[in-house]
Amino acid sequence: MKRLLQIEFIKLWNNKSSRVLILAYFLLLTSIALVAAIKFDIGPVKFHLAEQGIFNFPYIWHFNTFITAFFKLFLAIVIVSMMANEYSNKTIKQNLIDGLSKKEFILSKFLTVISFALISTIFVFVVSMILGLVYSDYNELSIIFSDMEFLLAFFVKLVGFFSFCLFLGILVKRSAFALGFLFLWQVFEGFVRGMIRWKLFDGETTDAVMSIFPLNAMFNLIKEPFSRLGAVQTVADQIGEELALDYHVQFYEILIVIGWTAIFVYLSYTLLKMRDL
Amino acid sequence: METILSVNNLTKKFGYLTAVQDLSFSIQKGNVYGILGPNGSGKSTTLGIVLNVVNSTNGSFSWFDGNTSTHDALKKVGAIIERPNFYPYMTALQNLKLVCKIKEVPEENIKDKLELVGLWERKDSKFRTYSLGMKQRLAIASALLNDPEILILDEPTNGLDPQGIHQIRQIIKKIAAQGTTILLASHLLDEVEKVCSHVVILRKGKKLYSGRVDGMLASFGFFELKTENNEALINFLEQHPNFGEIKTENGIITAFLKNEMKSDELNGILFKKGIVLSHLVKRKESLEEQFLTLTENQSI
Repeated sequence: MKRLLQIEFIKLWNNKSSRVLILAYFLLLTSIALVAAIKFDIGPVKFHLAEQGIFNFPYIWHFNTFITAFFKLFLAIVIVSMMANEYSNKTIKQNLIDGLSKKEFILSKFLTVISFALISTIFVFVVSMILGLVYSDYNELSIIFSDMEFLLAFFVKLVGFFSFCLFLGILVKRSAFALGFLFLWQVFEGFVRGMIRWKLFDGETTDAVMSIFPLNAMFNLIKEPFSRLGAVQTVADQIGEELALDYHVQFYEILIVIGWTAIFVYLSYTLLKMRDL
Repeated sequence: METILSVNNLTKKFGYLTAVQDLSFSIQKGNVYGILGPNGSGKSTTLGIVLNVVNSTNGSFSWFDGNTSTHDALKKVGAIIERPNFYPYMTALQNLKLVCKIKEVPEENIKDKLELVGLWERKDSKFRTYSLGMKQRLAIASALLNDPEILILDEPTNGLDPQGIHQIRQIIKKIAAQGTTILLASHLLDEVEKVCSHVVILRKGKKLYSGRVDGMLASFGFFELKTENNEALINFLEQHPNFGEIKTENGIITAFLKNEMKSDELNGILFKKGIVLSHLVKRKESLEEQFLTLTENQSI
């Protein structure tokens, strides 16, 4: 396993654009701390975002994992191109001839994906912990370590998404087209949702059906955190609207994403096995 | 003798096209083999199959004793097929380190092999800055990193200039001299003739011949003769039971032997008959001539 990771590390780290993108990604993850600096001080209107409770434990786990998950697109580019480049440079052929088995090849890519997801999760954990300790109103240990399932959801979400990218890279073999396909798939899921809602079911059933689709399932893992904010709740109360969203990470949602991950990795392997290079 | 590779009834179909048909041969340790055939005869496909990058439709192959999995066997093989494939953004050294990781061999070998192919001074240049000849030489260095039991080369001199071709051939000869088994696929016959002891000849995916180079045609060679009195000579040759076909080209008479005959013997007889030769050469068919005869005989 260490050998496979080393192989992939050599390939990635010596590539300048991959290196820049990876560094930019982790820089962005850290930059969420900058949100704390948002401060308006215009005469009577005083606004300091950090004081609005977004860095309160355990809410911070929810908020930070939701926001940072958007940055995964940077790594998606790296992952799609690390797969597609093997095809365009024909190095995949050379790797196999040099004695890497097809299984090992897929495994080395998948292990890289897991490492990316794991490092991201640890990164978000550390950044959130520091921000929380500085700004949170509650500092009891039991509160700090509650709602940790958001980190698990974050990890599963990244692994699922990156596996999808990996599969697209193998399927399409060209990085630009693979990314285009990813975008197209997103549009497709939106289209299907629209059609189902329009012709077949009511809102609730539509949501249930859509939760099976890969990108939707990944997005569902961590629900939007904004309506949970104190300020937003107050406003909603005032206009008589009730915001009742179940924020929690559902066990079956994690299972769906893990299922998709398995499918993507298996399909990648089958595709590689079947194809002549 | 130790068998390195055996191929049994291998068939590969691309849709309706049959690229390789019912091919069987085996490779023994220590010999230099050539796979010969015109373009599109299935050479690269055959190599692709045994190297685990092309799936066969039918048939099987086994490496070494047959108990090693293909990818483990490939760690003991060095192979270059078609164009050299490396990561263009990495230097020669980085590329070779990666290959060492894949083949699970120590990195100490890198310097030796780069020196062998004359690229040590350029080890820190990126692969994409290399000329085609240098790329091909790097590919050879990479294939040798594990001191392979067998070196497989597919058209190693394709697209190179004369100097490049010469360099690659020198390297191949050096390697062959060390006793490494070599399998060389090429459509360049003189290339194969210069280095190979055994050949497998393919045409349209079918095997025409496999065995020693000199056993390809049951032939006793031919004489090239020239004299003042051509008519008398031709007359004599046609009468003589040792000779078969007789051709005249540019004033030189070519007479093919049906039985063994030495040149001094022929010279003596002719002199006694009053025919004085100004030119006498006894030759065996070159590989090219043999190859053409063989492929023509079988043409449909």
